[in-house]
Amino acid sequence: MANLHPNSGDPKVTYEYRRKKHAEEMRMQVITFTMMIFFTVIAFAAVGAGFSKWFIVPFVLLLAVVQVIFQLYYFMHMSHKGHEAPQLFMYSGVIVAFVTILAFVTIIWW
Amino acid sequence: MAAEQKFTPQTWPESPEQATLEGKNKFLGFWFFLGGETVLFASLFATYLALKDSVPSDTHAKAADLFELPLVFLMTMLLLTSSLTSVFAMYHMKNYNFKKMQQWLFITVVLGLAFLGCEIYEFNHYYHEYEHKFTSSAFGSAFYTLVGFHGGHVVFGLSWIIALMIRNAKRGLNLYNAPKFYLASLYWHFIDVVWVFIFTVVYLMGMVG
Repeated sequence: MANLHPNSGDPKVTYEYRRKKHAEEMRMQVITFTMMIFFTVIAFAAVGAGFSKWFIVPFVLLLAVVQVIFQLYYFMHMSHKGHEAPQLFMYSGVIVAFVTILAFVTIIWW
Repeated sequence: MAAEQKFTPQTWPESPEQATLEGKNKFLGFWFFLGGETVLFASLFATYLALKDSVPSDTHAKAADLFELPLVFLMTMLLLTSSLTSVFAMYHMKNYNFKKMQQWLFITVVLGLAFLGCEIYEFNHYYHEYEHKFTSSAFGSAFYTLVGFHGGHVVFGLSWIIALMIRNAKRGLNLYNAPKFYLASLYWHFIDVVWVFIFTVVYLMGMVG
């Protein structure tokens, strides 16, 4: 729709453009949700099927990380503009989280 | 833009949660808080991983004896779906549709309560069937602290959303409460983020030993 330009200045056009954009985003959210459900089912199925521990642990962890990225970037809108500060906060948190878990696990196990 | 100004769907701004200075500050502050929550939960996960299956004797139940996948799967689906319904609520918030936003928030609350009911049943089951208690072993302490702290977040998130719904029921949407609804939904998503790691690290990895 060429006439639905966001910066045309016409409030009616801007409004319709925004409604359309929101609806498109909503479709993306439903696709995200479907994929998250899919990853969850796969993770539970992998454990239920009784594969080797050395396959299951990295596999379900990878699925969890992918699912969390979906949640943060789509459900929590971190993919939108103006989310530089949230990214800084979350990635700083993740680095400290990773070091904490690594430290605890290695101290106890070795 | 004044916080109490009346809007129509046409004049409602594109990012109502950040249209005022207060909204912008709340947005920044809340994400900072979520970064801190990530570290807090990491310390609980680290403790759990370090103390998993640390029981004083063989009569105590270990992770693989306790957990049942169907219940955990149901809880995961409830929380994941409630995350989607709160996305729907924010979609209607951005379209300035207060009534539909309230309806989806209500569904979110119902799903959250169902999740909480499952968790209470689960803890009760472990306590009475397996004698798996907070004070019975290091494993018990670490498990209940991690999963219980997440459950506490669910309780707080539900109270927050219910309070917002009741408090603003007759007021409708404006730039004063739009940031509040938005942040409550961010908090709810974060609870689901933590649960993804709980069902993976505690339950799924617990089942394989």
